[in-house]
This record gives sequence, structure tokens and C-alpha cells, in this order.
Amino acid sequence: MTTGSVVIGDAPRATEARLLLGAVLITSAAGVLLGWSRSSELPPAALVTGLALAAIATVAHLTVRVTAPDADPILLPIAFLLNGLGLVFVQRVDLATGSELAAAQAVWTAVSVGAFCALLLFLREVRVLGRLQYTFGLLTIVLLLSPLIPGLTAGVINGAQLWIDVFGMRFQPGELAKLTMVVFLAAYLERNRALLSVATQRIGPVLLPAPRHLAPLLVATGAALVIMAGLRDLGSALLFFGAFLAMLYVATGRMAYPVLGMVAFAIGATIAYRLFGHVRVRVSIWLDPWSDVTGTAYQLAQSLFALATGGLTGTGLGFGRPQDVPFSATDAIFVVIGEELGLLGATAILLLYLTIAMRGLKIAQTARDEFSTLLATGLTVLIAFQTFVIIGGLTRLVPLTGITLPFVSYGGSSLLSNYLLIALLLRISDESRAAVLGRSTQPGPGRARP
Amino acid sequence: MNRQIGRIGAVVLVLFGALFVNLNVITLLQADELANHPANRRVIIREYAIERGPIVVGEEAIARSVPTEGGQYRYLRVYPEPELYAHITGYYSIVLQRSGLERALNEELTGRTTEVVAQNLGELLGGAQRPGNAVELTIDRRAQEAARDALAGREGAVVAIDPRTGAILASYANPTFDPNPLSSHDTRQINEAWAPLRDDPSRPLVDRATGELYPPGSTFKVLVAAAALEAGDDPARTFPNEATFDVPQTTQNISNAGGVRCGEGDEVTLQTGFRRSCNTVFARLGLELGDDVLAAQAEAFGFNRTPPLELPVADSRIPLEQDVPATAQSAIGQRDVQATVLQMAMVAATVANGGQLLRPHLVQTVRGPDGAVLRGPDIGRWEGPPGDGRPVSPRTAQQLRSLMVDAVTGPGATGSSAAIDGVEVGGKTGTAQTAPGARPVAWFIGFAGDEVAVAVAVPDADGGGGAIAAPIARAVMTAAIRD
Repeated sequence: MTTGSVVIGDAPRATEARLLLGAVLITSAAGVLLGWSRSSELPPAALVTGLALAAIATVAHLTVRVTAPDADPILLPIAFLLNGLGLVFVQRVDLATGSELAAAQAVWTAVSVGAFCALLLFLREVRVLGRLQYTFGLLTIVLLLSPLIPGLTAGVINGAQLWIDVFGMRFQPGELAKLTMVVFLAAYLERNRALLSVATQRIGPVLLPAPRHLAPLLVATGAALVIMAGLRDLGSALLFFGAFLAMLYVATGRMAYPVLGMVAFAIGATIAYRLFGHVRVRVSIWLDPWSDVTGTAYQLAQSLFALATGGLTGTGLGFGRPQDVPFSATDAIFVVIGEELGLLGATAILLLYLTIAMRGLKIAQTARDEFSTLLATGLTVLIAFQTFVIIGGLTRLVPLTGITLPFVSYGGSSLLSNYLLIALLLRISDESRAAVLGRSTQPGPGRARP
Repeated sequence: MNRQIGRIGAVVLVLFGALFVNLNVITLLQADELANHPANRRVIIREYAIERGPIVVGEEAIARSVPTEGGQYRYLRVYPEPELYAHITGYYSIVLQRSGLERALNEELTGRTTEVVAQNLGELLGGAQRPGNAVELTIDRRAQEAARDALAGREGAVVAIDPRTGAILASYANPTFDPNPLSSHDTRQINEAWAPLRDDPSRPLVDRATGELYPPGSTFKVLVAAAALEAGDDPARTFPNEATFDVPQTTQNISNAGGVRCGEGDEVTLQTGFRRSCNTVFARLGLELGDDVLAAQAEAFGFNRTPPLELPVADSRIPLEQDVPATAQSAIGQRDVQATVLQMAMVAATVANGGQLLRPHLVQTVRGPDGAVLRGPDIGRWEGPPGDGRPVSPRTAQQLRSLMVDAVTGPGATGSSAAIDGVEVGGKTGTAQTAPGARPVAWFIGFAGDEVAVAVAVPDADGGGGAIAAPIARAVMTAAIRD
């Protein structure tokens, strides 16, 4: 696997520290600008917020420095920048709608970075996860079904039952389930990739491996998809399916899988279109948003209006109308950014995600074993595809489904899972570069030679 | 495996490229289309967040913005004297958009003119919202009120112009409307006020001062006389005195009002024909000059062009080529000749100021919120028409002036009821037929000294221009010169 290594400069941690400082400064400046849009005095909270962000960034950076000194230096700063801009824009939406989400999101930021650090501290070797494949498979199903458990469920919100109550905080376990499912798939595919790559059965013109090897995969994936679709979480189902196909393709090297997957997707989509009214509504909105602008297509129309209002340079931070766009702090936060920072700001956000995707795939290519490669691929596709589906949905490139914009949207579960996702990518990149540098062991417990 | 990952990377690049292209299409290519979409309230909400500048007559705002409590629109537009100024201000509506000066001067009123970009930038950084500019009008409140009072509810329009500058002193038309409910923030209230106005057969939304065309009737004889004088004729030139002029090529001959001859004697001068408004004289004169000369003279006064007023104005019309019967009819302001009240007021003003066709304008000054003058009135010759805003020579203008004074003060003058004691008043009446059997349009165009020129049109009148329109003109001119 180690045909190259993910290195920027000779001192990745120094690079990371500089980039993190930049992220903190940009976020603080944005926060001050937002304050100035309301009064010409310097917002008193700005300094406190800036220092708090710097403190969180320092903790994250020091943890990486100690537990994964050779890890990729770009991913954490980008995640932190997106997280910081998300905080500013959630606060922006608060100002417009009177909601009070920013404080909760700040708490979730601290919690998520804490989880990020904890994962790096306790998971010193990513292979450990591979040994627990069936645990993760089971965990996925439990997580997905947990919102249905009485006493735990937070009830039906926005037409879907996807949340649970934990210590008074609302949590969406489906977000974590995407991670655990990718871990399970990576482990399963690594063990069975040789068998899955060899076609022994012929169905018409298509050669397929023996059903014995394919079945567990299809059952697990099918179950997850059915549960997500059943819970009306179409966005998650779509993401998960995309990651599944990408991993299957990378594991087997056979184009037939993604092709068959697309066919299966087409069939599944047709069935869903026939069966579910809400799917039909989504598609008709996408095809013609203008026939029901005040009804079902309201969100999409308002999103397009907001982006058009922003134009090239935007209305300026604090000068848009987030109150006109439904779900402006969660699903539609990209639209608020597009309106106020314009095409230029929106493009900058796109480039940040593209950088995460490209770094992630590079980490996958340079990972030191196949499990790590598959895991990194799945995780990267997950975050890249999620970004595409929500931004594409808001801009009418694809039908709109309600999912979060990673790191930016308000929502603790999404933030937490995405920080864990970055932690896993960092762990994988650290292992591969350490191996290249000949530093196969690191101080501290849990990191043993494989 | 790395090759497959590379391909996945290519797919990711393509997907993000599609997002980027799509964002460009929305924010740049489709921006205007989306901004103007009927369901898009953003642009108008943003506009309503600005404290729009007032429209001012004298010292008083005839349109101003007042802050509202709650609601998504921050300022409400109110018109304290709605009916008096409705056709000038127009309305400012979230449903119907804008009309009148609210529409024409939107950039000035919202403060989004180029002069203030630098200030805007500074205030954008500070976050403050700059109020719009105040627009002060040339309208003379007393003249405007006099026009309303003199019309006394009858359908019709009055335009008064300062001949020295082209400034509009009064522009009033009946019927009128109340722009307040149309400018409300309540969509239902707007629609409930709008539907009856739109369907009203009396068409109250039409500004009869600038937007309606009437046959000018005998007031057009001022232009025919102008063409003759420019061609070298003298006011003392004589014509045969007859009750009916036998128009060649047609059985539709042209008679004088009442079917009588044009005063005593076998011959009649141009001056007498003008004073008595004899159709026989002017039909003969018109045919002698020819269709091209008549059209050229009318065009030099602004016909077949759009006067550069801030408000939308209909083009007054005269055909460039006409056959003999039509030319004879045009010479007495009938058939294919049509004019706005504004256009005829401009003709009177041009005679009053010695031959200069000036740009009509309503805006006296535009002031920033700090009171600084951003721009003054747009005074100057209207150089659009042929003749560069000099439709007649000063000598011709002087002769026309004498003819018009004679038509008010001379023996048997048609416009005698426009006369004002101690002031030199000149004018020309008109009683234009619109359809066989229909009641006429009563006209008067004229001036008082060099201070005010006026045009009055009362369609569907129960009398002629001398009886109906001249007293209205007199009232408005009296109000205008009383300062």
C-alpha cells in the first residue's frame, strides 16, 4: 500500500499549527464582522469566543501531536475552519430568526473535539477496528433502530423518527451508524475481497461471485438501506449506498459492481417512487419547482432566490435574509453562506470540501494495509458525497433531501460523527507515514507492531 | 486498488465541478430572472428596509415613508394628499410594484444613485442603512390646487409650465385615485383596492395630462399659423371670407362653427381668422402649406417624439404624409392629429418664451439625507426634435404671441374668458370633435405674461373651449402668477 506518503513539509505538526491559527483567525474575524453588521461597537463576546476557539484548537492540536505525530496536517484545520464558519453562520441564523442554537452548537463543538481527541488517544491502531467487524455490523443496526425504542426516542420530528434523547440533548444515532457501517464494510471486504473478485456464477451476461460470499454483504447493506428508507431518511440511505459501492469497487477492482449497483439503485428508486408519496413529491419539486413555489417547493425556491440575491460577492455577512429559507441553520445553511458571501464564498467552501476529499483519497491510496485503504475510501466518499447531495439538492442539481452540510450545519450528532471521521483518517495517515519513516512504534500504550 | 481510488477521485472532481458550474449559473446567469420572479419577495423586502426619501412640494412631503411596528416591511409609504398628486407620485406597492415618480425616480428615492456609492461603501462597513434622497418638485401647490378646484370633478386635465425654464407648475388630471391602499403592506387590501380601479370604465389610473391623446382641435391652429409665419406669411394676409370651404377630392367640406362666415367683409385676415377660430381660413391655409410642412412644424414642436419628462408621456401624433382631405382636417386639429395636454402646454410655453422648446421637468432638486443638493433641475432646450428645440424664430414667436393675445382680448375673441386684469394673457381655444354626435373635447392653451403657460383639455364637455376650458386656464394661471 505504501507507494507514497502523505507529507506536506518535513514538519506536519508545525504546518497544522499554523493552519489552525489561520482557521481561528478567520472564524474570529467573521464573528466580528457579523457583530458589526448589527452595531458599530466591537462585540464583547468576540474576544471570549476567539480565545475559546483557540483553546479548543490547541487541545486538538496537542492531542494529535502526541498521539498521531505523523498524521495529515491539512484535515484538522479544514474541519476546524468549517466548524468555526458554521458557528458564525448558526449565530447569523439566530440573529435573523430569534432561535438560540449557537450556544448549543458551541457546546457540541467542545464535545465533538473531545470525542475526536478521545478516539485518537484510545485507538492507537486502526486495525483493532477490523477485528470487530460483526460488532460494528450489529452496532449499526442497533444505532439505526434506536430511535424506535420507547423511552429513548425523541419522537417524530419533521416527518421522520430519527432522534433519541441523551441527557436532555437530542442526538441522531443514524449519523454514527454511517461510520460504524463503513467500518464493518471495510473489515468484511478486506477479508473477502479475493473471493468477491473472482466470478464463478454466470447470470445472463454478468459474471458474479458465489452467492455464499456475496450474501452477508447484501443482507447487511439491504437491511441498513431498508431501515433508513423505512425511517424516511432517504439522504442517509443515499450516502451510505454511495460509500458502499465505492468500497466494493475499490476492494474488488471490478467495474461490474458499481454498474450493477446503479442498476439496483435505478430499480430501487423506481419502486420508491411508486410506493412513497414523499419521494414523488421530491422528484416533482426537482423537475419543476415553479409550479408550487409557495407549497412543497418553497424551500428550494427560497434557496435559489437567496443564492441569486447573493450574486458574485454576496450581500455581506449579516445582510441577507436567512429567515426566508426554511431549515437555514441545518440543511440549508450553505444557502445562507451563498447569499451573504456570494459565489466567491460558496466556492471557497466547496474547495475546502474538495480538499478534504482529495486528501482523504490520498490517505486511502497510501494507507499501509487494505483494511485502512478501504476504511479511508469509505469515510472520504461518505463526507464528499454528503456535501454533494446537500449542496446539489439546494441548487436543484439533484432532488433535495434533508441532510446536513458536514461541520457547518447546526446539529451535534453530525458534528460529532464528522470529527470522529476525521480522527480515523488522521489515525490511518499517521500509521502509513510512521511506517514509511521507519517509526513503526510510537510511545504510549496500544500501539503495537501489527 | 489505487487505480480504483484514483477513478473515484475523478468522479468526485466531476461532481464538485458540476456543483461549481451550477452555482455560477444560479448566482450569475439566472440572477436577474430569479430576482424578478413573482414569488421572490427578497428584493422588495430589501428595498422596503430603506427609509425611502420623500417627494416634496413646497415644504410639504406629498409622499413619505413612515416606520412600521413589526411585519417584514420596515417602512410604509403614505400620501397625505393622495388624490391631488396621485398621477404624479404614482403608488409604491409590494404587489403592483411602482408607478409614476415612485417608479421613475426609484434610484434617487432609495439612494442608490452613482453619486452616493462611496458613502454607501463606508456605511456598509459600519452596518448602517442610509436613507434615500428627498426629491423636491417644481409643482406650485396653489396652481395644482387651482387646477383641481377649477375642474371641479369633471373629467379632464391641466398642465401648467413655467415658460422660462420648462418647469411643470401643475399637472392634474381627473379622475384620480388614492395611492395609499395600493401602497399598503397588506396584499388583500391592495387587491381589493386595485380591482375596482382597474375595472372602472372611467379609467382613473390613466393620467390624462401626459398619457392620454386627444384631437387638439383649433388649438392646433397655433401650429398652422406658426408654419405660415415661418414660410413668410404676415398676420395681415387676407383670405376669402366664406362659411364653408370646399375641400378638393371630397364631399366632406369644412365649415365654420355655427355655419357662419368669418366676421364682416369679403376678405378676412389671418389674425381675424385666428381670433375667431375660422376653420375655412385654416383649412385653406393648411392645404396651401401642404402635409409635409404641417408635419415638419408639428414635429419641430415635439410631435411624433416622446417629451423627456420624468413621467411616461404618450407621443403626440401627426402623419408625415396625408391626402388632401386629411390635410385639411389636420389643419383644424381633427382626424389623424392627436396630442397630449402636456404637448399643447409645451407649445404655449414655446410661444410665451420667444420660441424655445424647453425640456419639461418635474424635479427641482434631489437632496441627500444630510440636505446636500445632489442635483438641480434639468433646464435646457429639448434638442431631440428637428430644429434643435427652436421650432420657430423669435420673430415668428412674437407674431404668434400677438395673435394669441388678440384671441383673448380682441373683438369677438373666442378666448375672452381667460383674460386676467392687469396681466397680458394670450391663448387659443379649441372644440374638438371625437366622433359624430359625441360631445367635444374643450381645449384652451395659453399663457399669462412670461410666467406661466397652460393647457386645459376637458373631454365630453357640455360646451366649447371658450366656455369650458378658458375659465379653468384662467384660474390656474391666476394662482401661478400670484406669488
